Amino acid sequence: MTIIATPRLADLTVGDVIAEGTFPLTRDSLVHYAGASGDFNPIHYRDDVAVSVGLPGVLAHGMLTMGFVVQPVVDWAGDPGRIVDYQVRFTRPVLVPAAGVAVVTVVAKVGAIDTDAGVARIDLTVSSGEVTVLGKAQARVRLV
Amino acid sequence: MTVNPELQGRVFPPVAPYLVGREKVREFSRAVFATSPINLDPEAARAAGYADVVAPPTFAVVVQEATLAQLLAEPDAGIDFTRVVHGDQRFTFSRPIVAGDELTATLSVASVKSLGGHSMVTAVSTIVDAAGAHVVTATSTLVVRGDE
Repeated sequence: MTIIATPRLADLTVGDVIAEGTFPLTRDSLVHYAGASGDFNPIHYRDDVAVSVGLPGVLAHGMLTMGFVVQPVVDWAGDPGRIVDYQVRFTRPVLVPAAGVAVVTVVAKVGAIDTDAGVARIDLTVSSGEVTVLGKAQARVRLV
Repeated sequence: MTVNPELQGRVFPPVAPYLVGREKVREFSRAVFATSPINLDPEAARAAGYADVVAPPTFAVVVQEATLAQLLAEPDAGIDFTRVVHGDQRFTFSRPIVAGDELTATLSVASVKSLGGHSMVTAVSTIVDAAGAHVVTATSTLVVRGDE
C-alpha cells in the first residue's frame, strides 16, 4: 500500500486532471454560508427579493462557489497553505431552488508549471447543469 | 449616477483590526465544504507546522468585506450598491491566514473604467498581520451597471 504524499512538480504534465468534485447545493448551504461569511444579501435566500431585482430566483453567493470549488485542489495538495494565489471571474449565476439541489461540478487540470517558482497553475472548469459558471478560475499551488 | 473617476488611486484609512477566531475558521471551513483536517483540527494544523487551524483561501473575503463597505459608503464615490455585481475576485498570499491572527486591511482603488455604460471599479485590499507583515492581497472588480 502506498502512502499518498504531497504531489511533486516533476510528476505533473500540463493537461493532467488532478482532482474532480461534485457539490449538491441547497438553500441550507446558502444560509449556512451567509452566516459563516457575514454576507446577508437577501438575494441569496429570499425569492421575492431576488425576483424584485430582476433575477430569475435565488442564487448562490459567488464567493461560496469560489470557496468550495477549490477544495478538491486543497485536498490534492494536502495543505490549504499551499494555495498561494486564487482567482475567478463570475460569469453566470448558480440558481438554487427552494426545494431540491443545484449540482455544481469542478474539474481541475494542470494549466502551467513554473519550475523556477515552484508553482503549478491549476485551472478549474466549473459547471452547473451544462453551463460554465466561472471563467478564468485558476489556483496557483506551491509544490516542490 | 455614475462612478466618480477621481476614485482611482484613492487610498482609504485602514479598517479596525480583525481577530481571526478558531471557531470562525472552522465554521467558514464547513460552509465551503472544506475537508482538510488542517482547516478543522488544531492538532492536525500544528502537526503541519501551523500555530492553529488554517483558514480556507477565500476566508480572506471576510476580512476584506469591511473595506468594500468603506468604498460603498464613500460619499463622493457615486456607487449605487443595488447596481453592483461582483465581476471577479483574486487572492494573492504571502502566507495563509491562521486562527489567532490579528489582521488589518487597507483599501486602495486601483482603477475606475467605463465600459458600455457600465463602470468597473477594481478595489485592492492589502491585509497585514499584527507585525505589519503582508498576509494576503484581495482584489475585487465590481461592475456597477449604468442606468437602463
